Amino acid sequence: MRRVALIIVPYLWLLALFLVPFAIVLKISLSDIELSIPPYTPQLDLSEGWEGIKAFFAALDFENFVFLTEDDLYWKAYLSSLQIAIISTVLTLLVGYPMAYAMARAPNHWRPTLLMLVILPFWTSFLIRVYSWMGILSTEGYLNQLLLSLGLISEPLLILNTNVAVYIGIIYTYLPFMILPIYSALERMDDSLLEAAEDLGCSRLTAFWLVTLPLSKNGIIAGCFLVFIPVMGEFVIPSLLGGSQTLMIGKVLFEEFFNNRDWPVASAVAVILLLILIIPIVLFQRNQQKTREAEG
Amino acid sequence: MPETKFEPWKDPNEKPLIQFKNVSKRFGTFTAIDNQSFDIYAKEFFALLGPSGCGKTTMMRMLAGFEAPTEGTILLSGRDIAPIPPNKREVNMMFQSYALFPHLSVWENIAFGLKRDKLPADKIAARVDEMLKLTRLERFASRKPHQISGGQRQRVALARSLAKGPKLLLLDEPLGALDAKLRQDTQFELMDIQEKTGTTFVIVTHDQEEAMTVASRVAVMDEGRIVQIATPDEIYEAPNSAYVADFIGDVTLFSGTATNRTPGAKTPVMESPAVETTPEEAETPETETVETPEAVAEIGVPAEPEAPVAPETTTPAEPKTEAAPAKPAHGPQPNALGLWLHDKVWAKVFGPRTDIVRQLPPPSDAERKPKPADPETVSTETTEIPEGGITIDWAEGQPPLIALDGPEVEDGQHVQLALRPEKIGISKTKPDAVNALKGKVIDIAYLGNLSTYHVELENGTMIKAQLANTRRISRRDITWEDEVWVSWTGTAGVVLTS
Repeated sequence: MRRVALIIVPYLWLLALFLVPFAIVLKISLSDIELSIPPYTPQLDLSEGWEGIKAFFAALDFENFVFLTEDDLYWKAYLSSLQIAIISTVLTLLVGYPMAYAMARAPNHWRPTLLMLVILPFWTSFLIRVYSWMGILSTEGYLNQLLLSLGLISEPLLILNTNVAVYIGIIYTYLPFMILPIYSALERMDDSLLEAAEDLGCSRLTAFWLVTLPLSKNGIIAGCFLVFIPVMGEFVIPSLLGGSQTLMIGKVLFEEFFNNRDWPVASAVAVILLLILIIPIVLFQRNQQKTREAEG
Repeated sequence: MPETKFEPWKDPNEKPLIQFKNVSKRFGTFTAIDNQSFDIYAKEFFALLGPSGCGKTTMMRMLAGFEAPTEGTILLSGRDIAPIPPNKREVNMMFQSYALFPHLSVWENIAFGLKRDKLPADKIAARVDEMLKLTRLERFASRKPHQISGGQRQRVALARSLAKGPKLLLLDEPLGALDAKLRQDTQFELMDIQEKTGTTFVIVTHDQEEAMTVASRVAVMDEGRIVQIATPDEIYEAPNSAYVADFIGDVTLFSGTATNRTPGAKTPVMESPAVETTPEEAETPETETVETPEAVAEIGVPAEPEAPVAPETTTPAEPKTEAAPAKPAHGPQPNALGLWLHDKVWAKVFGPRTDIVRQLPPPSDAERKPKPADPETVSTETTEIPEGGITIDWAEGQPPLIALDGPEVEDGQHVQLALRPEKIGISKTKPDAVNALKGKVIDIAYLGNLSTYHVELENGTMIKAQLANTRRISRRDITWEDEVWVSWTGTAGVVLTS
């Protein structure tokens, strides 16, 4: 009985904060747009009892989803998001792995400080940090001023409002999510494994390929999913740093919702996004479970 | 121990496999290895023994190539190995943590080094199978390291380090992670494998028992120096310093001033020791030339003459023993049927009685003649003491100790007499021995196969004597608070000058 009581808390939590909102979004995605408050029909009217519920379900249809397939904006946005998410995940990994490696190899007394530095950006609002990137990347920004004063460029680079700025913003924002799991995997690694590899005839580089990299695999996978999943639906970074040609599904969703006030279509976009993300989320969970089993 | 007289270190024509030549290693201002030179011969099982921080691991890591000597050279088959990186050396190491690759199976772990040599696949497979067979791991080839037991992991680590057929195998505390029983079995297995493969093994350990069991020679280290290199029996029987005597096994140390004995000196053994004084003959000046000094200390820094101090009794962890002669079969009868029942029946189930020692009934000591400690000298030794040797004045009101063999000393030199507990006899009446001291039993440690008696002399000195428990407990007659004599022969102790 007590075990059931204990387990029921997280399930209630999941029900209240995930399943119920999802059901609402799903319901809206099956409704029709209407100029009213709220801007869709049908409404669930419980005062009419069973008949009302039946009428409500009868009015639901999939036309919003069909609409998503008819307009190529949506699937282009999905593909573009996918592309940006994959590329930025790879870039974050390339930047993050050496950092995590250096942290794990740093002297013991340095590690808490380095860890602190990685987490430090979270102490400032995410929005403010993205805005400050606008100040850095704009044509009159600090970066261009620096490059101009150094004489490296003769006229300002156009970075802000391009995909480059989006990538910079994403890598900057999600770097800690990549570093931390890789660091924790590398830090657990026994140094004598590398000595053993060397002793058995490996050079430093082959020892890295054959020992360090395989042993940090789970950290890499975890980090990649932790970056990939949220970047897929990212809205703030592309809308602030990206330009008009930056097409991301998060931005499309926002525009449908607030600019178009087409809640049903926006909900359909959200539902599809969620379905797409379920695959990596399940894979991520499986990886985490495998890591735990290997440790236990 | 291989008793087939494998002693390349005694053969001047034998070329050593490893030569340390004036090797020093410093970390900053800390000197880990201090100007050491020694040789290790092919097919040896060489143990580096010492407390943690004595530099033994540094020594091994220099051989493996993970550390470079600050000064001096290390030669492997006559070649300086300093410029050879670890991955190119014909030296493999078995790590203390085993350092098995957790993402690889047992088979892949063993094959790891062979694959780096770019051997053809069939040769690798054959070699790995050979190693699996040697270490009896065939059934576990496809398991991952976390799926096998500690003992099996240890064997995988051994197989992996042996797979490449190194000239030299380094073992860093290889059995440290195993429990006592498994450790013993594994020690014999290690020796077996070493003999089978003919590889030279260098083992680093802080466990003296382990070193003595497996090694052909043991190097005892202290603070970056090798104090003594010798075979296990030499290390134990003839330590060259108080440090070695103390580190290996259990020992009682008497410090005092030495005086050479006149040839043919007689010691009035039957005299009461409380009033006994140094024999006059021992102090005659012409005895400065000593006739029988045979064993000479190798690393002998003459000790500064200090005032004779009370001997220190030391207690290293585990006594290493040989059986001391048993007490004569005379004693109290088991006073209850229950005791008999326990010994006969329950002891097999619950183990021997440990509490019973305290309840030993008083002995009937009168009619039996006590025996001297050392059985070899029983027949020859009477009150007549062979000539030569030294006497050691070690405490006020105690008879001087006589040591018949030992290094050459000068009169008045400060020396220490090291006595192994199993070389000391203990009896209730005054024994007919060269050295006999009176004391009281303070403590008895019952270890099953033997008992250690802590005897306090009248001046407060603690002496440890060890007897093999060849009789049932109920038939032994010495118990707490008993007045006893501890005795040993003239050759039982080792005279240490450093």
